[in-house]
Amino acid sequence: MPKRSDIESIMVIGSGPIIIGQACEFDYSGVQACKALKAQGYRVVLVNSNPATIMTDPQFSDATYVEPLTVEICEKIIAKERPDALLPTVGGQTALNLAVQLQECAALERHGVELVGASLRSIQLAEDRQLFNETMREIGLKVPESKVVSSVVGALEFAMQIGYPILIRPSFTMGGAGGGVAYDEDDLRRVAANGLRQSPVGQVLVDKSLLGWKEYELELMRDGRGNFVVVCSIENLDPMGVHTGDSITIAPAQTLTDKELQRLRNMSRKIFDRIGITTGGANVQFAINPENGEVYVIEMNPRVSRSSALASKATGFPIAKIAALVAVGFTLDEIPNDITLKTPASFEPSLDYLVVKIPRWDFKKFAGADPVLGPQMKAVGEVMAIGRTFPEALQKAVRSLDIGIDGFGDHVDSRQSAEALSVPTAQRLFQVADVIAEGVNFGEIVEKTHFDPWFVQQMSDLIRTHRGVADEELQLSDLDAADLLKLKQFGFSDIGIGRLVGEDQFTVRAYRKSQGVTANFYRVDTCAAEFEALTPYLYSTYEIECEAAPTDRAKVMILGGGPNRIGQGIEFDYCCVHACFALKDMGYETIMVNCNPETVSTDYDTADRLYFEPLTAEDVMNIVDREQPDGVLVQFGGQTPLNIANDLQRMGAPIWGTTVDTIDLAEDRERFNDLMRRLNISQPAGATVRTRLEAAEAAESIGYPVLIRPSYVLGGRGMAIVFDESQLLAWLSDNVEWGGHPVLIDQFLDDAYEVDVDALCDGERVTIGGIMQHIEEAGVHSGDSACVVPPYKISYFHLDIIRDYSRRIGMALGVKGLFNIQFAVKDDEVYVLEVNPRASRTVPFISKATGHPLARYAAQIAAGKYLAELGFVEEPAVAGFFIKEAVFPFQKFPGVDTRLGPEMRSTGEVMGHASSFGHAFVKSQASAGLPLPKSGTVFISVNDFDKPVVAKIARDLVKHGFELVATGGTARWLNQTGIKAERINKLSEGSPHIIDAMGSAEIDLIINTPRGSQAHEDGAEIRSKAYALSIPIVTTMSAAAATVQGIKRMNEKPLSVRSLQAHYAAAKPLGA
Amino acid sequence: MDGALVLEDGRVFPGVGFGAQGVSVGEIVFNTSMTGYQEILTDPSYHRQIVTMTVPHVGNTGVNLEDPESGKVWAAGFVLRSLSPIFSNWRGRGDLASYLSAQGIVGISGVATRALVRHIREKGVMRAAVASGDGAADTDRLVAIARAASDMSGANLVDEVTISRGYDWQETSDEDWYGSSAVFDPAPLIVAYDFGIKRNILRMMTDRGLRVRVAPAWTPPAEILAMNPAGVFLSNGPGDPAAVDYAIANVRSLLGRVPIFGICLGHQILALALGGKTEKMRFGHRGGNQPVKNLETGDVEIAAHNHGFAVSVKSDLGGGQITHLNLNDNTVAGLRHRKLQAFSVQYHPEASPGPHDSFYLFDEFVAATRRQTTITI
Repeated sequence: MPKRSDIESIMVIGSGPIIIGQACEFDYSGVQACKALKAQGYRVVLVNSNPATIMTDPQFSDATYVEPLTVEICEKIIAKERPDALLPTVGGQTALNLAVQLQECAALERHGVELVGASLRSIQLAEDRQLFNETMREIGLKVPESKVVSSVVGALEFAMQIGYPILIRPSFTMGGAGGGVAYDEDDLRRVAANGLRQSPVGQVLVDKSLLGWKEYELELMRDGRGNFVVVCSIENLDPMGVHTGDSITIAPAQTLTDKELQRLRNMSRKIFDRIGITTGGANVQFAINPENGEVYVIEMNPRVSRSSALASKATGFPIAKIAALVAVGFTLDEIPNDITLKTPASFEPSLDYLVVKIPRWDFKKFAGADPVLGPQMKAVGEVMAIGRTFPEALQKAVRSLDIGIDGFGDHVDSRQSAEALSVPTAQRLFQVADVIAEGVNFGEIVEKTHFDPWFVQQMSDLIRTHRGVADEELQLSDLDAADLLKLKQFGFSDIGIGRLVGEDQFTVRAYRKSQGVTANFYRVDTCAAEFEALTPYLYSTYEIECEAAPTDRAKVMILGGGPNRIGQGIEFDYCCVHACFALKDMGYETIMVNCNPETVSTDYDTADRLYFEPLTAEDVMNIVDREQPDGVLVQFGGQTPLNIANDLQRMGAPIWGTTVDTIDLAEDRERFNDLMRRLNISQPAGATVRTRLEAAEAAESIGYPVLIRPSYVLGGRGMAIVFDESQLLAWLSDNVEWGGHPVLIDQFLDDAYEVDVDALCDGERVTIGGIMQHIEEAGVHSGDSACVVPPYKISYFHLDIIRDYSRRIGMALGVKGLFNIQFAVKDDEVYVLEVNPRASRTVPFISKATGHPLARYAAQIAAGKYLAELGFVEEPAVAGFFIKEAVFPFQKFPGVDTRLGPEMRSTGEVMGHASSFGHAFVKSQASAGLPLPKSGTVFISVNDFDKPVVAKIARDLVKHGFELVATGGTARWLNQTGIKAERINKLSEGSPHIIDAMGSAEIDLIINTPRGSQAHEDGAEIRSKAYALSIPIVTTMSAAAATVQGIKRMNEKPLSVRSLQAHYAAAKPLGA
Repeated sequence: MDGALVLEDGRVFPGVGFGAQGVSVGEIVFNTSMTGYQEILTDPSYHRQIVTMTVPHVGNTGVNLEDPESGKVWAAGFVLRSLSPIFSNWRGRGDLASYLSAQGIVGISGVATRALVRHIREKGVMRAAVASGDGAADTDRLVAIARAASDMSGANLVDEVTISRGYDWQETSDEDWYGSSAVFDPAPLIVAYDFGIKRNILRMMTDRGLRVRVAPAWTPPAEILAMNPAGVFLSNGPGDPAAVDYAIANVRSLLGRVPIFGICLGHQILALALGGKTEKMRFGHRGGNQPVKNLETGDVEIAAHNHGFAVSVKSDLGGGQITHLNLNDNTVAGLRHRKLQAFSVQYHPEASPGPHDSFYLFDEFVAATRRQTTITI
């Protein structure tokens, strides 16, 4: 069947901000779908609230709406654009849920929009737990005994029938949000109550728990004729009980016989047929009893997913692209295989390598969070590694994580006991390595972890190989070529081998090369070498013959950002992809290196050549040796490539753009301070201290409050603001082991405004890309603060100082490309807080606000162009207001204090834009999932410093018809100033108190500003509860003011929508 | 223990021996199935072939009692990237190395199998010797041994794998794997020519309510017809179909007298009997992921393949039609002669190993036999 000609325009819904359970895999799938549909001549209308995505770049669709993903806004877009069809299957659970809502409220019917890719009925059958389970039983498949309940009592009753442990999963949530395991009645009361709250429909599924069973997943594809293929089988190392997103997974499945695998395939097909996914990709998860092979169906996702992104990268079969094509009528045999170019997409990939995925967690950012892994996903990112054997792939995956561990078994902690193994945590993989090394019995490890014995055996072989070198106390020269080859085939890094023999990686590398032991590159070809692979998608291994076949073109290598983590995510992938496109357009061959399977950069369609490899100096140099690129770009992937730049240069890689010395100048505190002194630019007072006494003295002389942090961490990790000596000493006791690295103490600029500048420098001039003002005042990490372009509360005088400083700093540092400066404006003085000589997190946001692709310009500068040649010499004017708001994962970490601070904790961002500040702010809040109320009750509790400011805000709220409630002190203050506010009890004052009121939906907005030692004792509880109940909460006075402005504007005039294309056209009329 | 695979063109792939020690010769072929090594080893179609698996880890699930496709391992040797040191599966009864040892089959592991596969892809399949133990070091001698082996083209290997006397097959599939069976009363009788038949083909037929009598490859048509069968089945098997001249002649005389269904070698023999031609392929199709388009319905099925010869696309099939194409290279994957009530496929609808998309062909065979039953009564 050829493509449908009865539809001309298709709306695609993206997945919104990056959150736990829904990350940049949906940017990858969205970009693929948009590209595929556009290539077929369809008009593509895209809506996604996330400005950091590549899919929201205007080039990927005909009308790009960076607007809130709400029914109201989407219907406005539909009314304006009149699409014929809606594709809901490439934007994760968010898009699927939104499509269901649009259908249920008849918006699609009203505007004559057809749902393609999945029908409402099939979405309901797959997503409604009870319906799904009933359907599975109808077709003779087993599902865990389960029941949907809408009350805690219902859950308890059912548990009495089926016994513990019990699994709780809320309906219609993604990433297992609100799920949990209950081992007894107390657990169940707690877990069920939480799950009921988080489910948008107030229901949870109570399941018999299959703890310890093996878990598998099949990635599937079907076209409109019913042609069906299994793209990939995935086996979880972690048994049932740990969310797939938190599990280490392996593809293809390793411990199934053909009969078992085909049984799963048949079941999947039967499920597909019965659920009636008309066309597209889907996956099914199974649990298998390792004792007797009994199979239970766990769930089906009728859409592309995190695992389908992984499966696409693992096999070379682009699931989202093909899902989009079959959704518009193509059959699989009409679509060519991109890799072989001559065989069709109607086949099942055969893998002659293994892929290992390891999640990356950021628990350290969330003090108090439960570190035990369970049915609710907690990972913020993941890495994938490809190897010819499991040990090789496992070791590559471990070092891809970028957590300071160079390999499995590298980090031996002999204090580990086997007992710890029965609890799944982020450390369990490494604990297994430790106990193997300690000689713990194989059977005991299997029994405790429920890992399949096959994997434990492979791990044991690895440790034995490791020990073989370590225990004999060999020197490097004792290792001959055969020994080295064996170690490399087991995936050991040069650093790892160096540690065994007491040498550094440079020595090991040189010796290894002298012995002729070098990496080769094999192609991911979908077909186990049966056909020639024409698309260069490569991985390294230490087996004979190299398939890289480098060209002799002028070429540039771009280093990606590795796994998503808090502080380094999709924004950097956006920059890498843009750098890649820019260099392609300049005629260079582009070579991408990255290890994050969720990304667009690791689509083999992005760069000319893709190396799916860890971002370590060794792994990158192996590619440099083979490809001999003209340049290597380290500025676009965030801190990860920057950290290895020095080593790369030392080993002879040609670093383009900003030099390694400039990077060092910006990052070395002493050198940077000297430079600022020479330039006569103010910085907050600071000191480097090495003892408690020095710390106390320094803080005293700088003056409290001070910002304090260990010197060896990045991204605000471990940073705190302390207000007096007792807090300082307490923080030092909790966070610092003296003797190693020093501690940095800086003056904290209280009540300052923070400003971020993204700028470009070519060595001859600096052009400012954008100036963003933070809405939260200083003290909140720049990644966590909402920010606005153009700045709305900074004087022209200060803006000009900021521009002047930016120019002088860029030139003085000698930046060649992008740099980012953080400023603070306090008491009429502008201070420089930090300079990063690389692409920053805000580059995609600024690019969207201005219509200028800054990352593209930066790549061109790195390749030798000048800003004048690019025609980018003026700071672009911004029409209207663009507001970036941060999105936090606090719902996944109950009990964690949600108060914003100097340590970044947001996972993603959204953008709201409008001609007024108020509307832009309203949109940004709606996009972040916490829409501002138009009316209702506001709870106010502020610290003494903020009391003078709160009066105006309170008065405005009353003027707009809000009722106010406040705790004692605040209520008194408001009443004194003539504002009516009802007093409500603090938690400590007994029921009915504020938490009760929140629970019974009496509060619509919270303004709560804690500070320093005055922090309200109830504060943490209130904030945590607010996130759990999705009540909008504002924790700074400046954000409260913005909120009031938004509410005011929203009540004056309804929101309107505008595509980026229309916005740019209006801002820059043709010929102007 | 030393091991080596040595090809007739002189290329040597070192490895580590497992299974039996010694030297074995055969045609080196590769299989891209990611599961099902025990079924592959025991498939008689691999007689005189040394099989390499493209999937790196093999032996993970051990060996069991249910999966063999015949009474013994037929592959002449087994070449792997990484032999599993243990097995882990609830059905596993023993490890792969001991299994091959007990059956006297030479295996080598630690081989650069991807390089080997690419070599075969470029140069075509060829004769090879696989050695484990003392013999593995003398590669010159192994090249000579490989070159002395008989060629696959023109080789009638059916004689070496068929049975000496016929028997009735009664076993049906385990419902766990294949679902429930149909039952007919009275059950039509099928005579299956055994050119190297796989057990799962027989089970597929008994599952569908057919009575199955397995006959030696050389059984004359008159003897077959004397059993008054409702259909004749032509099985898979090893070697060059054109060399099995008696089978071609026998099938020719059965055509039109009884419905005929052929698989793999049986398909090739049917084509030859209809007047078609077969040809040796450069490296054949062996794997469980091949796309086959059914030209009668337009549907695509993912099928298990195992063949080194194919029916020539330009064949004159005496009025027969090509019904299935392999979409990877447009080779003939199936044919039908409507008037003579004969049809066949190049691939393996019985799977084992491989996807189960093509079971419908057995249903078609049942339908053909039932039509036949009505006509003759």
